[in-house]
Amino acid sequence: MGWIKNIYQFYYQGFKQMTLGKTLWVIILVKLFIMFAVFRIFFFKDFLGNNFKTDQERSIHVIEEITN
Amino acid sequence: MLENIDFSLVNWSRAQFALTAMYHWLFVPLTLGLSFILAFMETIYVRTGKPEWKRITKFWMTLFGVNFAIGVATGIILEFEFGTNWSNYSWFVGDIFGTPLAIEGIMAFFMESTFIAIMFFGWNKVSKKTHLAATWLTALGANLSALWILVANGWMQNPVGMWFNPETARNEMNNFWEVLLSPSAVSKWTHTTSSGFVLAALFVIGVSSWFLLKKREVQLAKKSIIIASVFGIVSSVYVIATGDFSAKTVARTQPMKMAAAEGLFVGTERAPLLAFGVLTKCTGDEIFNDNNKFLLRLEVPFKGFLSFMIHGNVNGFVPGINDLVEGNEKYGILSYAEKIERGYHAQQILKQLTSIKDKSSPEYAIFYNQFTSPDFLENYFKYFGYGAYYDSDIEKLQKNILKLIPNIPLTFYAFHVMVGLGFLFLLIFMVFLYLAVRDKLANKRWLYITGIVSIPLAYLASQSGWIVAEVGRQPWVIQDLMPTISAVTKIGSSAVKTTFILFALTFTALLIAELKIMFAQIKKGPSGH
Repeated sequence: MGWIKNIYQFYYQGFKQMTLGKTLWVIILVKLFIMFAVFRIFFFKDFLGNNFKTDQERSIHVIEEITN
Repeated sequence: MLENIDFSLVNWSRAQFALTAMYHWLFVPLTLGLSFILAFMETIYVRTGKPEWKRITKFWMTLFGVNFAIGVATGIILEFEFGTNWSNYSWFVGDIFGTPLAIEGIMAFFMESTFIAIMFFGWNKVSKKTHLAATWLTALGANLSALWILVANGWMQNPVGMWFNPETARNEMNNFWEVLLSPSAVSKWTHTTSSGFVLAALFVIGVSSWFLLKKREVQLAKKSIIIASVFGIVSSVYVIATGDFSAKTVARTQPMKMAAAEGLFVGTERAPLLAFGVLTKCTGDEIFNDNNKFLLRLEVPFKGFLSFMIHGNVNGFVPGINDLVEGNEKYGILSYAEKIERGYHAQQILKQLTSIKDKSSPEYAIFYNQFTSPDFLENYFKYFGYGAYYDSDIEKLQKNILKLIPNIPLTFYAFHVMVGLGFLFLLIFMVFLYLAVRDKLANKRWLYITGIVSIPLAYLASQSGWIVAEVGRQPWVIQDLMPTISAVTKIGSSAVKTTFILFALTFTALLIAELKIMFAQIKKGPSGH
């Protein structure tokens, strides 16, 4: 189990000693929040998943869309 | 069909995707190339044991970290867009796009959580060799991670290794290796990643030039310039070679893109290579008249150079835009009208097949066997996407054919800007290396400014490459099988406009953050780290 503790300590110390890295992590977390909690939920619905119940319905819809 | 298309929606969806992809591509190439430059610098440190090289490596590693942190996950937005704005496309490509993207996601996760962590946290905590291995693995992992998305893109440019299942309307991969090793995928990966190497080398030279201009960190700048210019020369030669391979592939699989990029309106044997030109009147019907399309033409003074590049033979025939649209019997080129007819026929068979509810009926078996027969796949399904442009009214059909031609001026200028800058960069690397090894870099203000200016030029060349690849292949999302108008989800264009504006704001904020932090770190220099 010592190796798990070593890995934990490695990351813990690494994060603790960060300077510029802290700012960068804030940017990463804000970015991920905007992407997943705002864009994904409110603006990017799964169109086929939400509008059709079965794969068969989806395939029929797509065939209608891609044929003239 | 075209009368029912909301072109405002199609154009906004394209603009949204282009905005996201191009912003994403502002961050990626520096990561791809700078990771290798770090690995070279750290290798020198480990081999020589000189602390100066550790200091140099750590400085560039900080800038790498800034770029990586701001850019990471910006590509995820593209995946959101597939499901919402490009749902027909998403369904149609089936597992072919999903598999490479899943591999990319897993690779990126493991790479980022292990090797990059060791790179940044591991100084003085792991052995020198372990740390060096982590730096090399970060470089290799980043470039291998890019492989998968570029394989998916290569498949869109040249769909191989799959069969279309008419019952599910999805393409199914039947040969992974054909998808992975298709010339389009190989040239996409090698050319795109190597262009990132060139950009990163120019970034290092540009920042080092700024230090020399400010008479700061002179030793760091000189040493960095030597590493970057050697890497830049090797990468430039590699990028030219992969570009040549890419051109040969494009000429075979996407001849319209090649004709547009070269401004070749009428096909010819002994086709010349244009060094540069200024186009005039080359949109719509003007493409097909006999007027000169160039205000200025500057050909490479070697007759048949384009033919030689493509065929390895100066007498080889290179089709022009007219040949591709109107067909050329002598060279076995089908006209667009014929391809539209065949694609329309393929679509009608698929519709008939779908309309039969009883899948055990003999009628279903007849249509199914017809649709999946090798002859049908080769002569009709191959042109499936062209069917979207069919119209029984000849006048409307003629107008629709014009929609199968990409934006010629944009493709042409982007291609020549990319190629021209590529050769200029090679020259810049050679001049920097020559002066650096002779220790004549001092007091060369003109050279420092050239180095600094080469950074935005590198991004310009990089973005131009994407424009050639993506605008040049229009109207195809999947070459010959699915046009953009069929791929787009029929949702309100106002929703797409809203997300376009949101993305523009978010990505611009990220870019400003990157530039601000990057400039601050460069001003601090290595002593600030």
